[in-house]
Amino acid sequence: MNELVFFINNVVIAGSVTGSIYAIGAVGVTLIFSIMRFAHFAHGDMMTFGAFMVLLLTTAFPGAGAAIGVPTALVLLPLAMALTALLAVGIDRAFYKPLRAHGVKPIVLVIGSLGVTLMLQGLIRLFAGTGGQSLYIDDRKEIFRLALPFEGARAPVVVTEPQLYLFVITLVAVVGLHLFLSRSRLGKAMRAMSDNPDLAQASGINTNTIVAVTWVIAGALAAIAGTLLSLDVTFKPDLSFFLLLPIFAAAIVGGVGHPYGAVAGGFVVGFAETLAVFNWSVLLRPFRDSLPEWLTQAGNLAFVGTEYKIVVPFFILVVILVWRPTGIFKGKVI
Amino acid sequence: MAAIIYVQHVHKAFGGLRVINDCSIQVEQGSITGLIGPNGAGKSTLFNIIAGALPLDSGRILLDGEEITNRPANELFHKGLLRTFQIAHEFSQMTALENLMMVPPAQAGETLFNAWLKPSLVTMQEAEVRRRALEVIDFIGLHHVRNELAGNLSGGQKKLLELGRTMMTDARVVLLDEIAAGVNRTLLGDLVTNIERLNREMGYTFLVIEHDMDMIARLCDPVIVLAQGSVMVEGSIEEIQNDPQVIEAYFGAAS
Repeated sequence: MNELVFFINNVVIAGSVTGSIYAIGAVGVTLIFSIMRFAHFAHGDMMTFGAFMVLLLTTAFPGAGAAIGVPTALVLLPLAMALTALLAVGIDRAFYKPLRAHGVKPIVLVIGSLGVTLMLQGLIRLFAGTGGQSLYIDDRKEIFRLALPFEGARAPVVVTEPQLYLFVITLVAVVGLHLFLSRSRLGKAMRAMSDNPDLAQASGINTNTIVAVTWVIAGALAAIAGTLLSLDVTFKPDLSFFLLLPIFAAAIVGGVGHPYGAVAGGFVVGFAETLAVFNWSVLLRPFRDSLPEWLTQAGNLAFVGTEYKIVVPFFILVVILVWRPTGIFKGKVI
Repeated sequence: MAAIIYVQHVHKAFGGLRVINDCSIQVEQGSITGLIGPNGAGKSTLFNIIAGALPLDSGRILLDGEEITNRPANELFHKGLLRTFQIAHEFSQMTALENLMMVPPAQAGETLFNAWLKPSLVTMQEAEVRRRALEVIDFIGLHHVRNELAGNLSGGQKKLLELGRTMMTDARVVLLDEIAAGVNRTLLGDLVTNIERLNREMGYTFLVIEHDMDMIARLCDPVIVLAQGSVMVEGSIEEIQNDPQVIEAYFGAAS
């Protein structure tokens, strides 16, 4: 039974955490792609910016959360989302919009976003320093130990407070986005524009508004992903940047331009990563007597070593793209 | 009659190629005006300029006395100036009916505020839009394919859908860009009938680019002949067909 608990802690929970963060990040990337048709490389740093805003706000109002019993960082998250959304719209106005107005090819926008990446990262480093900082300034990170009601399960399932919030917020964000895209007129207009921008404009849809709304959504989601990631680990100026490639892998695996695909892709990549580095010998221990010796004697039965974790998303990417070239959900338009 | 569209001294060049050269035309209120000319005469460019899809180099355009030079297409839509595309455009991932339902302007659901706070109002308007879309889809004879993805329709059906799109809102002027191209004869008859009905019953003004001379002859009066980016002749179809200049430039080999 302890082996099962070990599996839950190291695969189910760890995979869901990684998967949720990839999913929220990939949804933003995929939305930007479906509306503006370019890969937005600065997305990781928009995530960092969101977390940085939370860090600043938490430092400014350390007691804000204690009053209602929620971590201060989460109380201030909506404000950080608004600020990041504002930043995203501002970046678009300053850098991407002039490029679009000149009718450049998408690759120019991609390179532009690479410039924005460097700029944002530099700015955040300038103000936040290069080291790691905890977002828990005045609060304590709660750790829940749930004992399983089974005979012989001595080790508890361990979930931390930020992880629980992460699951809840991911669920709310995904359901909310689904309702927005499928029900609201604005969401339908976004679908229309991702399908055929010329026709959308000739049908009276203000494409500038749609672009701005897309950045607001992407910015807010980036702030959520960055903050929850930093709550789970610590805040570092390059933390989210290193997630950029797996997030892109997740978006592509799901079918680029397809928000539900991005969510699915996020979890596929997240779980693939955790399963790949999981040490399976622990699970085999109860069956020791009935298995061949060479299998039970091996100390580490992980598919790849932890240091190769970053390779896994790309392996999954290649496999899925061979099997289904347009991604799990056949993306292109929302 | 008053002119609803005034194009005044418009110039447009792509690089060194002068496509529209001091072009001035008028479209009378309530008319079905034809725009013809040999390939490369600048018909589609002029269309795109009027429809707000291309910026012009100089000159100005008036819609019912109001200057609309270089206004974006979505603004023109709300002023009642609609267009169809030479190559039929559709929202491929939506059904034919949903395509039509995308069109109507100024719905309450357009603003986030209403979408979240007044869902009943939005639902009521949706129902109204749906009713109208069903009427339109009957009118253009696509009732049997209303729930098919628009991307799967045939070329001719997409053209009909384009015409249907213009009927979803109270248009004043509709620009039709080669609506007959790729449409079979029977369907073409329906199209012409529909255009005439819209003109007569709803008071739509049409500006029509067309290569099909039968359709021009049946539908359009007056007809404007464009050549090398400016107006060559303007008049009724009989006048055009008997004009020596036009015969040489346009009907040339045929006559």
